[in-house]
Amino acid sequence: MGMKGIKDEEFRDNETLKQLQDSGTNVFLTRIDDVINWGRKNSLWPLTFATSCCGIEMMAAGAPRHDFARFGMEVYRASPRQADVIVIAGTITNKMAPVLKMLYDQMSEPKYVVAMGACAISGGPFYLNSYHVVKGVEHIIPVDVFIPGCPPRPEALLYGMMQLQRKIGTETIKSRRKRSQSHNSL
Amino acid sequence: MEEAVKAPVPEQEEYVINMGPQHPSTHGVLRLVVSLRGETVRNVEPHIGYIHRGIEKMCESITYPQIIHLTDRMDYLSAHINNEAVCLAVENALGIEVSDRVKVVRTILSELTRIQSHQLFWATFGMDLGGLTCFFYGLRDREMILDIFEETCGGRMIVSYNCPGGLMNDIHPNFQKRTKEFISYFRKTLPEYDRLLTGNVIFQERLKNIGVVNREQAIAWGLTGPVGRASGFSCDVRKHNPYSAYDRVTFKEILYDEGDSFHRYKVRMDEMWESMNIIEQLIDNIPAGSYAEKMKPVIKLPEGEYYQSVETARGELGVYIVSDGNKNPYRVKFRSPNFVHLAPLNLMSQGSKIADLVAINGSLDLIIPDIDR
Amino acid sequence: MEKTQLAALAATLAPDAQVVQGKQFVEITLLPTELYTVAEKLKNHSDTALDMLVSITGMDYGSELGTVYHLRSTVHNHMIVLKTRVSDRENPEIDSLCGLWPAAEFHEREAFDLLGIRFRNHPDLRRLFLDSTWGYPLRKDYKDDINILAK
Repeated sequence: MGMKGIKDEEFRDNETLKQLQDSGTNVFLTRIDDVINWGRKNSLWPLTFATSCCGIEMMAAGAPRHDFARFGMEVYRASPRQADVIVIAGTITNKMAPVLKMLYDQMSEPKYVVAMGACAISGGPFYLNSYHVVKGVEHIIPVDVFIPGCPPRPEALLYGMMQLQRKIGTETIKSRRKRSQSHNSL
Repeated sequence: MEEAVKAPVPEQEEYVINMGPQHPSTHGVLRLVVSLRGETVRNVEPHIGYIHRGIEKMCESITYPQIIHLTDRMDYLSAHINNEAVCLAVENALGIEVSDRVKVVRTILSELTRIQSHQLFWATFGMDLGGLTCFFYGLRDREMILDIFEETCGGRMIVSYNCPGGLMNDIHPNFQKRTKEFISYFRKTLPEYDRLLTGNVIFQERLKNIGVVNREQAIAWGLTGPVGRASGFSCDVRKHNPYSAYDRVTFKEILYDEGDSFHRYKVRMDEMWESMNIIEQLIDNIPAGSYAEKMKPVIKLPEGEYYQSVETARGELGVYIVSDGNKNPYRVKFRSPNFVHLAPLNLMSQGSKIADLVAINGSLDLIIPDIDR
Repeated sequence: MEKTQLAALAATLAPDAQVVQGKQFVEITLLPTELYTVAEKLKNHSDTALDMLVSITGMDYGSELGTVYHLRSTVHNHMIVLKTRVSDRENPEIDSLCGLWPAAEFHEREAFDLLGIRFRNHPDLRRLFLDSTWGYPLRKDYKDDINILAK
């Protein structure tokens, strides 16, 4: 990522991230990076991708009570070419895994992945005894944010998206290039 | 001027397109391979299995109370009713009679689940046909029911409140007050839904006489729930084989004869009124009593086979348990209504346009994880 | 109809079968060869009138495979259960009931997919959920050490 000498574990505490940025520690974010990051994180357009129960909580997050249009995310795009973030809401099975990989490959840079719910993180309730469930979507595509819960409340989804926004806020030109090289298999 | 060269008319050409599995209007991961001639549908072939999680095989290695938590995730919009089905099967097998309080509370929660499922159906059906406003109106009102569930049962949509022998915990003191507030609010709001969508000329033109199924076909294909009742097939499990507290409430079974998409929609709207009537008959007199019977710590069903059917928001769910006396069942089969409703999709959409296919799919109100289990 | 009357009537319609009054429904155990004829008789007789197929369950009995049919009459509001078994585990074959009840199509495809039971005269017998190289998961001797982790 965009910081030298800081382990990935420290990114979990986002207050630290903001403080580091404010105090100017070894974080070479230029003005241009600020503007690019601000533009990208405030208008993340998700792909309509919901396989099971978490999909309904994702729809409820877009509903009037937990509105996520105020984050700039209410524009769901049906085509992966036009989407920025894919929120994997639901269980991924062996039959669906190649389809998911194809969708991820079709998305254009910059692209982010949010694993929502226990099934996407690790297979969830189907971890032990199921013969057809992929135990965690990280086996297939690289994930940025994990949101635990079965299903996570819409507020949890909003917190997860805010974490993603903070993560985007720390990107620099070098880190973006490294990320797109490692995340693109084509 | 030369005569323009006539382009060949592609009468004999069939064009195959693929809808899904990732598609906003398939309500889940359903893949439809549609053969078109122009814009007319000639053949629809559903491909399923994209969310097949092997729930029936999993049930063979877990205990009976653990099965209940998996049934939540099958048809997640009727989660409470699915839980009730397994609990009733186990209780009937062991010969346990639950208290009246449990029966009444289960019935009230089932009817609230039904209303909440139909609200989501209304929201997404309007959205499928292009009216995005319905999405916001429907989900706004649904949040009130989810608040009631969260306070009493602990979960918004995935409730897991039933256990064999009764309920996990007693109801919250605010339960009656909140439910009554919701009913009085929704009685004033439901006519708004009709003003928005039901009387709309475009909506009616898009749905009348589309996807017609007559009564004989409905029985032959096994269609139950609102889909069967819109074709005149009287199949309500709550009337024919009542369970819980359904034998002490009076309500109408909504039947129409036309069997088209518009009347499948109308049945669900009318069912919401009837559900509110049922809740009103029960909410003031919840009998006092225990909220759960004493059960052994390890539940073992006697050897044999047990079948229980309940009326979910989509149709008749059947739970068939075969037990060999151990603490894990030998075989569990879920006869899910959505699995049966998907089969005649090809028959219903012969000769219609592709936009009608979306309308028919929406009016069947399919939940794909229930098909694949 | 009362269960005892129904059982007596079923015994006359299916003389070679074993008719039992179970706790809930009348259960008829048949040989696979007479499944179609008995089902047709039960469907067309006016006193049984089984016009709706509720579900078909594929079963693995350990040494045999079988199917269980739940049939309902919408006219008389009763249910009858038909059961049949085949002992050949390599190539199990049972007659398809799609000619009588079109609802059987998807149910039989599911039984074929998960247990490997082939149905004769089925209009379109293909695998439904899994792909063609997968084994038959619902069989008791299905082994999968990679995915199934708990014992």
